[in-house]
Amino acid sequence: MKSFGLMPAGLLCLGALLAPVTAVQSGEYNLTVDRVQVDTGSFTRSGIGYNGATPGPVLRFEEGEEVTINVTNNLSESTSVHWHGIILPTDQDGVPGISYPGIAPGETFTYRFPIRQSGTYWFHSHTGFQEPDGAYGAIVITPKKREPFRYDRDYVVQLTDAHPHSGDRILRNLKMSADYYNRKQRTLFDFLDDVASKGLDRTLADRAAWGEMRMMPTDIEDLQGFTPLINGKAVSQNWTGLFTPGERVRLRFINSSAMTYFDIRIPGLKLTVVQADGNNVQPVTVDEFRIAVAETFDVIVRPTEDRAYTIFAESMGRTGFARGTLATREGEEADVPELRPAPLLTMADMGMAHEGMDHGSMPGMTHSMPDGTTMKGMDQGSMPGMTHSMPDGTTMKGMDHSAHGGMAMDKPDPFYAPGSGLSPTAAEPGGKFLSYSDLKAQSPLYAERPAGREIELRLTGNMERYIWSINGIKYEDAEPIRLQYGERVRFKFVNETMMTHPMHLHGMWSILDNGNGRWNPIKHVVSVTPGTTVYMETEVDAPGAWAFHCHLSYHADTGMFRKVIVEGGPPEKAAALTGVSGG
Amino acid sequence: MNGRFLAIAAAALTLLAACLSIARAEPYVWGFQAEQLEYRAGTGDDVAAWDFDAFFGKDELRLVWRSEAEYETGEKNFESLQNQLRLQKPISDFFDAVAGVSVETPDGYKRVHGVLGLHGLAPQWFEIDADLFVSDRPYFRFEAEYEGLITNRLILTPSVEVEVPLVDDRFAGRGAWGPKVEIGARLSYDLVDRAFSPYVGVHYERSFGETANLKRAEGGDADSLFLVVGARLMF
Repeated sequence: MKSFGLMPAGLLCLGALLAPVTAVQSGEYNLTVDRVQVDTGSFTRSGIGYNGATPGPVLRFEEGEEVTINVTNNLSESTSVHWHGIILPTDQDGVPGISYPGIAPGETFTYRFPIRQSGTYWFHSHTGFQEPDGAYGAIVITPKKREPFRYDRDYVVQLTDAHPHSGDRILRNLKMSADYYNRKQRTLFDFLDDVASKGLDRTLADRAAWGEMRMMPTDIEDLQGFTPLINGKAVSQNWTGLFTPGERVRLRFINSSAMTYFDIRIPGLKLTVVQADGNNVQPVTVDEFRIAVAETFDVIVRPTEDRAYTIFAESMGRTGFARGTLATREGEEADVPELRPAPLLTMADMGMAHEGMDHGSMPGMTHSMPDGTTMKGMDQGSMPGMTHSMPDGTTMKGMDHSAHGGMAMDKPDPFYAPGSGLSPTAAEPGGKFLSYSDLKAQSPLYAERPAGREIELRLTGNMERYIWSINGIKYEDAEPIRLQYGERVRFKFVNETMMTHPMHLHGMWSILDNGNGRWNPIKHVVSVTPGTTVYMETEVDAPGAWAFHCHLSYHADTGMFRKVIVEGGPPEKAAALTGVSGG
Repeated sequence: MNGRFLAIAAAALTLLAACLSIARAEPYVWGFQAEQLEYRAGTGDDVAAWDFDAFFGKDELRLVWRSEAEYETGEKNFESLQNQLRLQKPISDFFDAVAGVSVETPDGYKRVHGVLGLHGLAPQWFEIDADLFVSDRPYFRFEAEYEGLITNRLILTPSVEVEVPLVDDRFAGRGAWGPKVEIGARLSYDLVDRAFSPYVGVHYERSFGETANLKRAEGGDADSLFLVVGARLMF
């Protein structure tokens, strides 16, 4: 029986030399689900963890291994463990109501599944708000074959967003008042600043346009007030990974946050991205990258100087940051950068399909014709740079564009709506910010073939009521999505909301269509930004019932969730289906 | 009167139970919001006042207990006291339809009305309540409120409430088509999240027409101005 304790991931240094393993192994692992104290430095609260701690342990598996994991529930409530990104039989996936009934208090559930992949993944509870309350840990799987990149050390860098309120209370507050946690709303002073810089007319027009929709350009993070953590440690607690100058260090970034996207950089170091969501990608060197909730990115850095480097992770809405340190000795620190100014959503992020949006009543808006010419009355000459084209070709002026002045207009990221306030730029002047477009599979898992059909999933919601849905229907009212074993389907995500949604399909890979053809990367989370349409394809090769949802905890829980049923398939694979209760 | 109230309340609860049983697994939410919980000192008698909603339900239907009162601390009597049980059902992205029952039991008289109304968020962020109180002595009430953010915690909330009796109800101090108008502005600070926000402010009331005449006949003033101190609560 293998054992793992509470040893911080960083102390376990796996050399690439250890990688090749040929014999089929079977390991047995024990996890207990426990009430734990969460201490972020700024607050302490009761939470949920594994083996007495949050984050839980790093589970280290080997490709080809048959794992047995005994999960004992020491809570006074039901729990579950979902192995995020792991391809396994439907009854081992750990989603209550879809894979199995869950694990009752005091019970031990034994998971058994083969490990047929390698890379960085994570696990978490799929019950209630146990995951936001701390129930998560990391998974590192060593590949059978030598990896196509070299490194001397590796560290798990698990990001989380610990909140002083319990998940249940957060949801109740959001249902009571959707802006309960938004402390970045525009104030009288912002109004006066805007009047001073843009003039009264344009400021009023801007306020009126947003007020007409009853939407807020500051609505980037539903849930503020969290303390970002790296491996459970806050800024003051400074998680540190040691290195010797000249070594290659592999950092396994995992975003286990409930709600928070992070923009990550290490000033002074280039980041070579080698894996996305556990799968090797053709190495791409960047200065900074954005990690959606539930994604993983493995990057390799090579610090050559004998000094400390700060791992800096700003939340996308700039309401908080986590930092860790790469150092040559314990206690060493480097400068911690300032948070950059918060972005503001633009009308581009609203999309044009947004329900309740009435062009005629929006002051300051003008339209251009599909061929790009503008209608009479629109004076572009007098307002340089103040118009943006919308996805459907319309443009508008009078909106607040100052917040994204630094946007790379020359080469915008196609995974953001043109003119989006969320479009990221590197902090380093002229630096490279990773785009989904940069991700190319190292060796494609599936042969390229056309999808048999397309399934449209509109990501929808009602901000004010805090209801999230797919195609306007909440999970509880929705029919399952039925797929046929052996088919290849194309999913079309149309984001009609102003929030960014990390969509996660269980059980099967999500082949992100980022325009790289046969090198389209395979992922388990596909992030869809406001006002955009994103396609992914899935080879339907796993019979059974699976969850498919937005990985923002409070969006999934309020309805942006579907059950997927894969019909047919080999009887021995499908057998696991019987006895599974419906969701 | 009490029997009638109970009958209406029982009917409302039965309706609620029926609606809730249709919906499935989604958990219920509950909450408490006091827009006003304050002491008013001014030209007339000092007044302790509250205006709160307690709710329970789901996205599709909420049961709200709304309570509003003005208690004259000198004379130790309720100038107004109204409790409502209201069912709120979404009818658009931003508005709910309201149906319920209202019971007024201040010192001096009792009234029971059915309530039909709208509750929601109008363009430009105005919180709106528009209610028709239905009985043989009907009246209409409109309330609007706006949260003006001076900072993200210091909030100036102007509000206006207009009540228009449709017929005379002299005991309740309502003269047909004589409006009673309340205008307020409260400056609050979110001290503990949004759970506890103490405020200071002004509150002005004025009656017009026959309602004003009734007020004066009672020996009161048609208008009064108060300084207020209180707290908004939300949990």
